[in-house]
Order: sequence, then C-alpha cells, then structure tokens
Amino acid sequence: MPRPGPAGFNHNLKGNREMKLLTRLATGMVMAGLLGGAAAAKTLVYCSEGSPEGFDPAPYTAGTTFDASAKPLYNRLVEFEKGTTNVIPGLAESWETSADGMEVTFKLRPGVKFHSTDYFTPSRDFNADDVVFSFERQGKEDNPYFSYIEGITYEYYGGMEMNVVIKEVVKVDDMTVKFVLTRPEAPFLANLAMDFASITSKEYADKLAAEGKQADFNQAPIGTGPFQFVAYQKDAVIRYKANPDYWGGKQAIDDLIFAITPDAAVRMQKLQAGECHVAPYPAPADIAGLKANADLNVMEQAGLNVAYLAYNTSVAPFDNASVRKALNMAINEQALMDAVYQGTGQPAKNPIPPTMWSYNDSVADDGYDPEAAKKMLEEAGVKDLSMKVWAMPVQRPYMPNAQRAAELIQADFAAVGVKVEIVSYEWGEYLKKSTEKNRDGAVILGWTGDNGDPDNFMGVLLGCAGAVDGGSNRAQWCNEEFDGLIQKAKVTADVGERTKLYEEAQVVFKREAPWATLGHSTVTMPMSKKVSGYVMDPLGSHDFRGVDIAE
Amino acid sequence: MFRFVLGKLAYLVPTFIGITIVAFGFVRVLPGDPVLLMAGERGLTAERHAELSAQLGFDRPIWQQYLDFLGRLFQGDFGTSLVTKKPVLTEFFTLFPATLELSLCAILVATLVGLPLGIFAAIRRGSWFDQISMSSALVGYSMPIFWWGLLLIIFFSGVLGWTPVSGRISLMFYFPTVTGFMTIDSLLSGQDGAFTSALSHLILPTIVLATIPMAVIARQARSAMLEVLGEDYVRTARAKGLSAWRVVGLHALRNALIPVITTIGLQVGTLMGGAILTETIFSWPGIGKAMVDSISRRDYPSVQGGLLIIAALVMTVNLLVDLLYGLINPRIRHR
Repeated sequence: MPRPGPAGFNHNLKGNREMKLLTRLATGMVMAGLLGGAAAAKTLVYCSEGSPEGFDPAPYTAGTTFDASAKPLYNRLVEFEKGTTNVIPGLAESWETSADGMEVTFKLRPGVKFHSTDYFTPSRDFNADDVVFSFERQGKEDNPYFSYIEGITYEYYGGMEMNVVIKEVVKVDDMTVKFVLTRPEAPFLANLAMDFASITSKEYADKLAAEGKQADFNQAPIGTGPFQFVAYQKDAVIRYKANPDYWGGKQAIDDLIFAITPDAAVRMQKLQAGECHVAPYPAPADIAGLKANADLNVMEQAGLNVAYLAYNTSVAPFDNASVRKALNMAINEQALMDAVYQGTGQPAKNPIPPTMWSYNDSVADDGYDPEAAKKMLEEAGVKDLSMKVWAMPVQRPYMPNAQRAAELIQADFAAVGVKVEIVSYEWGEYLKKSTEKNRDGAVILGWTGDNGDPDNFMGVLLGCAGAVDGGSNRAQWCNEEFDGLIQKAKVTADVGERTKLYEEAQVVFKREAPWATLGHSTVTMPMSKKVSGYVMDPLGSHDFRGVDIAE
Repeated sequence: MFRFVLGKLAYLVPTFIGITIVAFGFVRVLPGDPVLLMAGERGLTAERHAELSAQLGFDRPIWQQYLDFLGRLFQGDFGTSLVTKKPVLTEFFTLFPATLELSLCAILVATLVGLPLGIFAAIRRGSWFDQISMSSALVGYSMPIFWWGLLLIIFFSGVLGWTPVSGRISLMFYFPTVTGFMTIDSLLSGQDGAFTSALSHLILPTIVLATIPMAVIARQARSAMLEVLGEDYVRTARAKGLSAWRVVGLHALRNALIPVITTIGLQVGTLMGGAILTETIFSWPGIGKAMVDSISRRDYPSVQGGLLIIAALVMTVNLLVDLLYGLINPRIRHR
C-alpha cells in the first residue's frame, strides 16, 4: 500500500481554519455559558489509534484502553513519575513496608474528590473503603463486582500474580490501608502503580448496584483523575473535560478529545491538516516527512521493550549453548536495524532495555562474525542443520516487520550453512503454538514492560516458572543459576542489592544465549508545536496530565 | 401478489437457519482462541486457560454452545461482546446507522451517475463518450479501495484542503444522537454549520464506496440497454415514427431496468464489503470496521451476531428487489 510521500504536503490552511473556528466557537460557548468568563476554553485533540474496550481499567490489558481510562480518569495509590518508571505517591501520601516485607501500609491522601458529573455526585471524599473495594472486586469471588458484567475477567490482576501475593487488604482506619502479603514481593509497589490497580469509587459502585445498572461502571466511569468523562461515541470520539476539583490542581486544558483514527497514514494526514494536535504511532516511512514539517514537533524515546528470537532450548541441538551462541554471532544486527527498524530502533544485547534500572552495560554483545560462528558450529558437531524460524504475522511496538527480520536471519544463517524455513501462523495461533514445549524452531517475539521492574522482563520471560506448556518463557529455558538470581532479587527489598543480582543475571543470560536479542524500538510521537508539557512515557502510555496548548 | 410474497418468504426460513449455522461456525473454524488473544505475549498456564474458558462457556461441546446460541436468539438475545462486555445487539445498532447512511449515499450516487452513464453510452454506442465512460468504469471497478481512498484524502484534504480528512463531523459539534444519521441529527441539533460539516465529511467516503457499484451499474445498464435496443418491439416503435426520446424512455428503458435493478440490489453485499475498508480509511464508526476488529479478536458473539443481522438485512433487500421486479415486470409475478 502506498503511503503518503514523506516530504509531501504543505500544512494546509483549511485545517487551521477549522481549528480557529473551533476556538472561536468554544470561546463563544464559554462566553455564553459563564456570562463573559475570562479565558477561552482550551481544547486538545488527540488522534488515538483505536477504540477503548471499556472505561473500567481492571478487566482489560490493551494500552489503547488504558490511555482512555486509567490515565485521564483514575489515579492509583502510587503512580509512575511522569517520564520515568520511578514510583511516587498518588492517592497514598506515604507508605511503610514491615521489616519482614509481609505487610505494606498506606497513608491515604485526604480531601481527594471523585468526579461530580450529571450521572453521579459523590457524597464523601475518597477513603479506605474505595481502596479495599478496588482490590477485592478483582480478587474476591464473593465481591458483588467480581463478575458485574457477563464474561468479565481480571487478566492483569491474575497476570501480575496479585491473587497469589495479596492475602488481605485491610482497612485500618478511614485514611489507612494495610496490604497483607503471602510473601515478600519487591515489585509490589511498581505493580500497584499499574493501570489495573486504579482506584474506583465504592459509593458509585454501590449506587449502581442498588439501581441494577452495574454495567454503567464500565461505560459511565467515575474516578479521581485529572479529567472527567463527558461522552463516548463508539469508534468515533471520546470527550473529557478537566476535573475542576482535581487534587493535583485543575489542568491547563479545559477539554480533551480523543478522535479515534485507526489508519496510521490518515492519522498523520489529520495531524498535518491541523485536525488533531497529537497523533501516535506513525509508520516508520512517514517519520522523515513529519520531522521536516515546520509546524510539528517530533518527540522520540527509547521504548521499554525488547524483540527477540527465542531458540527452543529443550530441543537438540539448541540445548547446546555454544550452538545458540554461534547462531547469534551469525546475525547481522546492524542490517536488521537498517532494514527492519529503519532508524527507529537500537541494537539489543541484554533482555532488558537500556533505559531500565539494573541494565548491565558491561555485558559484551556477541558481535557479528560469521566465520567464527561457522567454526563454533563445526566444533559443536553441527552439520547440515536446518531449522524453522517463526515470524509474527503482525506488527508490534517492539517489532515493525517480523517477516522481513526473518528473511534477513534466513540469509545470515544460510551464510554459515544453516538452512532456514520461515513459518508463520495467525496471531492468536502463533501466541499459542509458540508456547508449546516441543515447538519446532526459533520464534520471533518481544515484550513491552508493564511496570518498569526488571522482574517484569527477566522473571516473566526467562524464569523457570514460565518454561512450561503455555508459559511465557518461549525459549523453554530453565537455568538454575539464572533463576536463582532473579528469584532472590524478587524478594529483596534493597534496590542496590537487587541491581547487583539482575546485573549478574544478565551475564548468565549472555553466556547461555537462550535468545538472540534483536532490538529495542524507538517510540516516535509527533505533535503540533502548539502543544507544550507533553512528556513521553517509557511504558508507552499516552498521558495528557500537565499538557497545555497555545492559542 | 400475496401468494408471490408468501412464496418468497417461505424461502427465507431455511436460508436463515442455514445462516445461523454458518455464522456460528465461521468464526470458530478460524484458528485462534479468544482467551489466548486476551492474554497476549504473556501467555497463560493451562489451569488459568481452562478457568477462563469455563467462565466464558467455551469448555462445553460445540453443539451445546450452538443450541444455547439458538435458544438465546429466539429470545432476542444475541449475546454479549467478549471485548466490550456490552450486548451485541446494542453495539450493532449503535454503529449500524453510520454504515447505513454511508451506504445509502453511495448507492444513490452510484445509481444516479452510473445509470445515465450506461444508458447514454448504449445510445451512443461506439462514440468517444461510450469509450471514455466504459474504460473509466473498468478502471473504477479495478481500483483498490484502500489506495483510492488515500489518494483522494491526500489530494482533496491534503493538497487542496477542500474536504476534511476523516470522521463524520467536525469535533466542534457535539449533540446527542437521535437517529444515528449524522446528516439528520445535525439538522435536528439546530447548530449553525453542523449539517454542512456532516455533508462535507460524507463526500470522500461516498465517492470511494460508490466507485465500484457505479462502475458495475454503468456497465450493466449499457449492456441491458443495448440488448433491448436490438429487440423487435423497439424497431417497431421506431418504424412507427416515435421520437427517439419516447422509444428509449418509454419502451426500452423499462425493460432494460430489470437486470439493472437486480444489479443494484446485489450491490448491497458489495457495499458491506467495501464499507470495511472505507470505514477504516475514513475513521468512519460503522459496522464494517467493527466486524473486522471483532474477527481479529475472535469476539465470537459479536461476529456471529453481526453476521446474522447483516445476512438478514441483505436477505430483506433481496426480497424487496424481488418484489420490485413484480411491479416492473408482471410476468415474473405470475410465473
């Protein structure tokens, strides 16, 4: 499909006219509404890439859904500091972890108000009941909201093992909540900053239950967040307005609009025509043209992700580390960067991205050396090897084009005498078959971080617990030394000590080479130069807190 | 006439039951598993997978699931979307007016342009008009919709700035949905400029969606007209000294229309197909795009419910076309 040429189209006037008209109209409305109020209403339009599945963040896993629900509408007990993965106070002002790591006690922020809308007016401020409710509804089957709509599941709550880790959530007093755990869990705080752990209003939930309208909990959301919900026209537009009572202060923009625009080329056209101010996920081929546009500001950031080729280490000859190492050395990673990422990525050597704490930069990459690779394969007694390489059928944030990556790997492996057959399946099927213990072939896949914790990469993707049928360890790699290190790190509270353990684990990973690390992608975010205060989130969300727009 | 209608209706019942089987079976035959898709790269343990499948009712034998589906269907319950957790029927009819509005505009434009084009091409057979219009029709018919849509956006919205890039109405207008038809709702809202905005947003998607049906209709109208013009009764009419206008307008056109109406009726199916791409390009919140999303997420209830309603609608349109035949050509009715 041809995409609009990169250096093509002048910023056209029509869009500007429309935006001006919009501002004028908004001015008029405010004038009329507030009887001559001082300033014009500021509206920011975000061309989002897809529709939210719903507005209750707990049952869903898609970033698109969190962008539209958890980020604008809700808060968590603790939050990620903007632009980092540092955990800072949110609805909890402070917290304390007991010496044995089995209890975490939160002091809640007083005076926080839930949204007042035309469908709900809170009678009380946020308190411990809301916190207990927000977790029990996801973890306790007897909670009336555990299955408040047909077919609802709490995928993240289970996925982050909260159902295993949390023994009990106890209301100590109105402003104090205690989490009793079943084991010490170092990433626990980071997990609580994740979107699924958003705090919802128990008062609102009870009101809906009394009226038999529980489904509205997912469609007419009430939170404590910087913006409040106005309306959603399915697959078209979501409207929010600034929460006037926000505990962090009212936002600079008055209205926030998500214009749902699924096609990347069209999204960029809308941005250039001035029909929206911010638009995510440009096609790599369009980026140069966007950068050349004087009206646009193109932000870039290393994504918190990794793409990898996972060997099946339970099948010969891939059970031999030196065979895996040799194959890694046969891959020309720079060619991969140029042809697949087209300048929107960086080579990877560790299973975690360089922006994550505990990244071990002293680990030496395998290096591209087909001659040495050939020799190592010979020494390992591998001759006339033919194997399968699995290529994903879809584009993912960490991997723009798996088919092309597979073709490059095919050519690289051919150069060292290894014959490669490229296979692919429908995406759901691919995810399933790639977890099979006796899978034939090495599989291209990747991961985007959930909470900025190294365990979320190394534990989930390379731990022994995942090396089972249906598990997330696609290399089926269970190394005692590595697993020991990450298990220890997971229950260690001290960050300095954890860092050491993870650094060491990366050395083991590199030596044993269960994966060929293919790359980390760079995330690009083009926006109008009128927009200020936007900070890119390393976790990949789109958050409009603190954003302003010039007239 | 009554018996004719009844006879046609009798055909619909087995067809509809057949469609329930196809709609139910289709999405399940596809490889892939909605539970796994929800989990994504993380994967699921076998226990958790079984637990979730049971929660969603996918652990029961397939025939039981089908009977359950049928049973609920007779109570008017189309199930709940696995993704949005909303009733399928509500979801469908939230989106359907957008598709209907666009499709109606497209079929209207396709007919109003395609029909005269074909007729004139037939009358002036072999002329430059005939040749140009018929080769344009061939080009239009072969046009990849996605590329065509982007081309129009880049030229008319990007370079010229005449039309908006995508959406149904400018974001500055915000009013409650009454009919779901943006053109009507914008008039009802009474807001200045809303109707014009809605109309301007309709132009490009209508052109894109109308292109293929227009080409088909033009070619069909031309060949039907040519055939009729060669008939004896037309020659007789001409020999009687009737004006060319009366010969074509009165004697030939009515007979030539029969196959053309069939063609227009059949285009409803084509429109649904074209809507999928057109809606995606123009961020048009309709049912075509939603169906593709549901299929790729293996949202079984949404897919089977949506297919069923679409099939029922296509069947209804075809029935209406059949009835329209009867009006135009009494011979069909009496057969």
